[in-house]
Amino acid sequence: MKEKWKKLSQKQAFWPVMIFLIILLFNGITTKGAFFSFSIVDGHLYGRIIDIFRNGSKLMILAAGMTMVLATGGTDISVGSVMAISGAIACSIVKGNLLPGVNGNVAVAVVLAILAGIACGLWNGFLVAKVKIQPIVATMILLVAGRGIAQLITGGKIVTVTSETYYFINGGYLLGLTFPLFIVIFLVGILILFVRRTSFGISLESVGCNPKASRFAGIQVDKMLLAIYTISGAFAAVAGLIESSGIKGADCNNAGLNIELDAILAVAIGGTNLMGGRFSIPASLAGALIVQSITTTVLAQGVPAAYIRVLKAALIVIICLSQSREFKGMIASYKAKKRKVEAE
Amino acid sequence: MEKSKRKFKINNISLFITVVLFVLMFLFGSVKYDNFFSISTFLNLFNDNAYLMIAGIGVTFVLITGGIDISISSTIAFTGVFSAYLLQKGVPAFAVIVIVLAIGILVGSVQGALIHYFKLQPFIVTLAGQFLMRGLCVVISEASIPISSPFFKFMALGKISIKLGGAKAAGGKIYYYVFIFLAVLLVSVYVLKYTRFGRSLYALGGNETSAELMGLNVAKAKIGAYAISSFCAALSGVVFSFYTLAGYGLQNMGMELDALSSAVIGGTLLSGGVGTAVGTTIGAMIQGIIQTIVTYQNLNTWWTKVTIAALLCFFIVIQRFIAIRAEKMKGKGAS
Repeated sequence: MKEKWKKLSQKQAFWPVMIFLIILLFNGITTKGAFFSFSIVDGHLYGRIIDIFRNGSKLMILAAGMTMVLATGGTDISVGSVMAISGAIACSIVKGNLLPGVNGNVAVAVVLAILAGIACGLWNGFLVAKVKIQPIVATMILLVAGRGIAQLITGGKIVTVTSETYYFINGGYLLGLTFPLFIVIFLVGILILFVRRTSFGISLESVGCNPKASRFAGIQVDKMLLAIYTISGAFAAVAGLIESSGIKGADCNNAGLNIELDAILAVAIGGTNLMGGRFSIPASLAGALIVQSITTTVLAQGVPAAYIRVLKAALIVIICLSQSREFKGMIASYKAKKRKVEAE
Repeated sequence: MEKSKRKFKINNISLFITVVLFVLMFLFGSVKYDNFFSISTFLNLFNDNAYLMIAGIGVTFVLITGGIDISISSTIAFTGVFSAYLLQKGVPAFAVIVIVLAIGILVGSVQGALIHYFKLQPFIVTLAGQFLMRGLCVVISEASIPISSPFFKFMALGKISIKLGGAKAAGGKIYYYVFIFLAVLLVSVYVLKYTRFGRSLYALGGNETSAELMGLNVAKAKIGAYAISSFCAALSGVVFSFYTLAGYGLQNMGMELDALSSAVIGGTLLSGGVGTAVGTTIGAMIQGIIQTIVTYQNLNTWWTKVTIAALLCFFIVIQRFIAIRAEKMKGKGAS
């Protein structure tokens, strides 16, 4: 039993999950249990926790993609803009503004939106892997242009859609559970299988630690980077679909605004080193849930939403400091000094 | 000797393209639209973009060291909101400006210290800075605060008219705050080119390890660069509040990208080691002229963003090709 516990607590996802549970517990206590109450209406499960999962689904999907990007030592700050593009394309097609020939077919809209996301990801990957531009700068191009492109697709207006099928993506229920959760399980499940059941994951960590050595070891670093940025783009497109389905329209100015920062924060909380190397997708999912539940908690406690940003900023710095070798060294030498003084 | 010559060339090609592009765009506008060709159009580039130029020059310091600063737009917004708030509380304008500039230096130094001493990635640290400042803005006030200080109004409206002849095209005006930008430009050119500190920034961007081994004070250079960047952002915030006469927490979202684009379009290498304040100014002027043309053409303003991104991409790719060529030549020279 003890052995098992030790093994479990050593997993990267262990502490993030624990923190998430503690936050939930805190909420449960301060709301005197109301937080944990579930209700079943029309065979659908409702409750605060379900809300966290539903609202956190976008972030979980983005965090899964972002984990891999960060594991290579790169970053993708264009995800918010890709979300805007994907939402703009999907909503314009469903409404019939774009491709009126398909009569607002939701399936076509979804497929084309995801293809657009893949195209964006390929573009980022091309710039990073082939042209060898720093990831932050390469993805910044799309960050700037992406919202502009989305605006041009929608003609600068907010496109609202009226399609029950399209609403289902965010608001639907399957087996009593909210539909976005199934999207998360499906996408992340495939990703984890792909990463952990093939050599891809190990190669990825190797690229993150030392790209040059990995190349000499025979890993096709360029192709790998291309694949990873493409996955991130495709995932962002899916998140964009969920977002636009949730607000029942495409708002190019605000869709996914600043969400790239939340995604990076989620990955950092999950304990993946932002300099590249070891990563864990489940831990990032837990990180995403933590970010979402902090937002929910802060709002539930009646604290103005503005403080969330300050809190997140402090969190990022603290986490990064705890990962920093120099900081650890400083603490260690301080402790050693103290011990020495005590010994004397 | 030859190597330094080549570096000079790299720097020049980018800047040369930029200047040519600027002239071409100005000519294009002048041919296409009536009333475009005038001193007033040219001066308005400064009147409308002085704050962007100041922020861009600040960011150039960081880019030269090979770092990045994405916290500046939030610092600008914070400066605007905080000075509006202080002015509302009755603090004299002069004191307000000193306080916000000091805050700018403080924020930059803390970021620089975190980056230097704990080897954190500049992008993550300044990202946190961005969150923090933007959050503090809204903590102070969610609504836009108007500024009614006489000094701010004087700076906002005071201008010098210039007339170089009888023709309508020969007249124009410069607002007083543009001179703040000119001062920043002159000081930056001097610091970067003729001081020990400025030269050590370039050395640091070229190769940090070598700079350290050469005995340069890397800590001072690095922290100084971030402090200058945030200071310029705060100054830019002051100029921006002259320009708008209000402080609003959601102002200038994403402006760090405009500032970075100005630097890159103006020939600053993102890999560090190359960049000039004059180049960045011209980079910002190009963005200004794109905006002017988009307005004249009555297009969706989002075209500005798309065009700037395309231009940014174009210049980054050029930089890469130049760098690859330089590497190859270096290889040849060794063999």
